[in-house]
Amino acid sequence: MNIFRIIKSAIKAILRNPTRTFLTTLGIVIGTASVIALMEVGSGAQETLEKNISAMGVTTINIRPGTVTTGGVKSGTRANLTAQDAEAIRNECPHVVCVSPVVSARGQIIYSGKNWSPYFITGIDEDYMRIANWHVEKGVEIDAAKIKRGSKVCLIGSTIVKELFGSENPIGKDLRIQNVVFKVIGTLKSKGANMFGMDQDDCVLAPWTTVKSRLKGAGQSSLSTVSSSSVNTSSSDGIYTTGVSFYPEIKNADRIPPVRFVNVDSISASADSLENVPKAVEEITKVLRRTHRIAKDADNDFSIRTMSEMSDFFTSQTKTITNLLLCVALISLLVGGIGIMNIMLVSVTERTREIGLRMAVGAKKSDILRQFLIESVVMCLMGGIIGIILGHGASLLLAKLMNWPSAISYLAIVISVGVAAGIGIVFGYYPAWKAARLDPIEALRYE
Amino acid sequence: MSLISLKNITKTYKVGNILLPVLKGITLNVEKGEMLALTGASGSGKSTLMNILGCLDRPSGGEYWIDGIEASKLDNDGRADLRNKKIGFVFQNFNLLPRTSALENVIMPLGYTAAHMSEREMLEAGRAVLERVGLKDRMDHEPSQLSGGQQQRVAIARALVNHPQILFADEPTGNLDTKMSEEILDIFNQINENEGVTIVLVTHEPDIAARAKRIIKMRDGNIETDLSKDSTI
Repeated sequence: MNIFRIIKSAIKAILRNPTRTFLTTLGIVIGTASVIALMEVGSGAQETLEKNISAMGVTTINIRPGTVTTGGVKSGTRANLTAQDAEAIRNECPHVVCVSPVVSARGQIIYSGKNWSPYFITGIDEDYMRIANWHVEKGVEIDAAKIKRGSKVCLIGSTIVKELFGSENPIGKDLRIQNVVFKVIGTLKSKGANMFGMDQDDCVLAPWTTVKSRLKGAGQSSLSTVSSSSVNTSSSDGIYTTGVSFYPEIKNADRIPPVRFVNVDSISASADSLENVPKAVEEITKVLRRTHRIAKDADNDFSIRTMSEMSDFFTSQTKTITNLLLCVALISLLVGGIGIMNIMLVSVTERTREIGLRMAVGAKKSDILRQFLIESVVMCLMGGIIGIILGHGASLLLAKLMNWPSAISYLAIVISVGVAAGIGIVFGYYPAWKAARLDPIEALRYE
Repeated sequence: MSLISLKNITKTYKVGNILLPVLKGITLNVEKGEMLALTGASGSGKSTLMNILGCLDRPSGGEYWIDGIEASKLDNDGRADLRNKKIGFVFQNFNLLPRTSALENVIMPLGYTAAHMSEREMLEAGRAVLERVGLKDRMDHEPSQLSGGQQQRVAIARALVNHPQILFADEPTGNLDTKMSEEILDIFNQINENEGVTIVLVTHEPDIAARAKRIIKMRDGNIETDLSKDSTI
């Protein structure tokens, strides 16, 4: 029998009992709809996440002090990155385009009777703006000269503009950070919240030299052991000359690395392209191992984080959750399939006489098998198609009502059509086989 | 050569451990164009014989030739093919597909072998046979909208649509009143005489059997009498 004729007669047979067909396929409809909705919302979430991550700068590389092992004991992180390290990276790594030492401080800022505690008070150099994707809205950037001089200038984020200045123009105004007066030379274009929900606009950017030397708690990311022996640096800038000597000299200075003025909290860098991030990381590692004089088989005393790691992490998180929900949806598809099998068995019993008749007029066993198999596949496919429409509608609705991202997933459509057809075959096979196995004489006599 | 030729056909059912012989060695020849009645009390084996003749069942022993083919040696698919091409069935309870029009019921057998026919040719063939049984204006009616006699005529049309050489009718008038029975029997006579289709009527009613030219009476798995009308006169 020609396949189109079988499909046509299958559709006719299915539509002979529309209510039952509808109820039977409901399981498949719901299963497919949830698979589609989940995959679409899931892939939408992923897309948004990727966009967010790339807005944070995908090529960004963060270098932080790592754990230091002293006498076989890991003793936490220590400020061991210096501005010289940043300089070395800048000069020696061909795949690194921007490098900036970063120091951070905390404290209150005050402007004409109003005060505010920003999330970030960050000391930077002129490259940092490009690494972290900041843009100046009004005013000017912090240039190299200001950094060299340790000028008391700052850029402020839009949250601070709003909180301290209101409608006033902040450019040229003086504000006090930890009682040190800084001049506002520019405002930053708003970036919104980051992935963790922190307000990125709640920040003050200032030359790192100024933050380091003028503000308390900067550049001492953990244990701060200040040693007078380290004051004399090879820096030729002439600004690193003020030494600090609060504590007596520690003889065993090689065991506990000293915190020097040039120590910074971290170093931010960016690679020239996303593909070159691993290469840049390699180069930085090589440079830092040399400048830190790390023995060949020793561990790094710094750690390098890239945004791609972060994005991988978040992507795998969303994937895990989506897959989990997908499993639940697939289980409901399975249950739907069992429903199909149940009804097909009922249908075979009900139509025993019809099967006998068909055999009497010349249907082979294979014809009967095919007929019932195709009926169940057609039923599942109809359910699948309705499910795709409903699922897509649901994901669009979710996108609209709850502001969830949603993207049409062709893969999901192909998969669920395939799964629906597969369920039709798997769960339709047993009833169809039962039908084909009937004896025509018995079937004709069946009441 | 005879259209149907049975040589010592036996059929034994096994019920539990007991062997139950139903046909005990039937030898029979049916010529092309005959119209014969197969009668006998219930349990005499006439239905079993009809099932074997109609290739629905296999004999336990003996040879069965139909139109030069040894049907007793065919497998399931071979017999299905034979049924489709050479044999038509009419049943007591019509066996029409519910909620399906008369025309579609009639062309249903074509679907299994007539792959060469287009949809339109199939419909035309269906209309032609329906006209022959006098249902020209009932083609789109579903079985539930037809009387018993009309339903049986649809069933006859379905049996004829493949141009079979032999038609088996198993108690075709069992569910019909006398008037309708007459109509149906008239149609059988017509088909037999005008188109030369061999007809085997299985019935236990003597007056219906009397419409046939040859009456075979079964008893306990054997042929008791085999009377041709010509010889009785």
